[in-house]
Amino acid sequence: MDRIPILRMGDFLLVTIQVDMHDRLARTLQEDLTEKIERTGAKGVLIDISALELVDSYIGRMIANISAMARILDAQTVVVGMRPAVAITLVELGLSLSGVDTALTVERGMQRLRARLGRTDSTDDDHQE
Amino acid sequence: MTIIKSDLVPVRSEQDIVLARQSVRKVAQEIGFGIVDQTKIVTAASELARNTVVYGLGGEMRWETLEDGGRKGLRLHFVDRGPGIEDVARALTDGWTSGSGLGLGLSGAKRLVNDFEIETAPGRGTRVTITRWK
Repeated sequence: MDRIPILRMGDFLLVTIQVDMHDRLARTLQEDLTEKIERTGAKGVLIDISALELVDSYIGRMIANISAMARILDAQTVVVGMRPAVAITLVELGLSLSGVDTALTVERGMQRLRARLGRTDSTDDDHQE
Repeated sequence: MTIIKSDLVPVRSEQDIVLARQSVRKVAQEIGFGIVDQTKIVTAASELARNTVVYGLGGEMRWETLEDGGRKGLRLHFVDRGPGIEDVARALTDGWTSGSGLGLGLSGAKRLVNDFEIETAPGRGTRVTITRWK
């Protein structure tokens, strides 16, 4: 069965969606990702959708679900790289993805995750900056 | 208004939903739709194709490229012989669903196109026709 690969990068998981997803593939990703968060104790999930030419209500719901599930499992999700035409269409469709954190690029998404985790690790010593 | 080209695409499985939106994308590109118009009609097609599979128990999509006084358009018909819709007004309400969806399929698709028509009756299946003009 098809699967979308989930890469581990330290405390983060990186998912790059590069195919036109059919619904079952979206459901499988949801299950695989939550399982992997649990197994690795990952603190952050980065979902790169820059290759996606379409986000319909089903895929939109999958993204919102992943973000909510990850939060419950103590991991932050950032969705990166949404194309402008996709964003315009999503909002007109009626999905605003409220509750889903987004960033324009993978780099900025990483920064966002690090900043968030930095803030929660407030017991650490002074950061060298 | 003239129909320039037309074809029929089966919409019976989840995989067919992907194939239906790919064929809509291709035709929309061929008639010169910009990226936002393409994305809107393809997304509307995806929603309606899913309805055809999930609620209509399978059916088909016919696409037609149109020309009307120099302007070009793309029309899609989604036809199933499923149970039909009892209360169309309610089915067109944001957030209402008879299944487990978000209830944005019909209402959302309607917002993404220029013309939207629905013909349905209990036990008689459903036909949804959408058109987007360039």
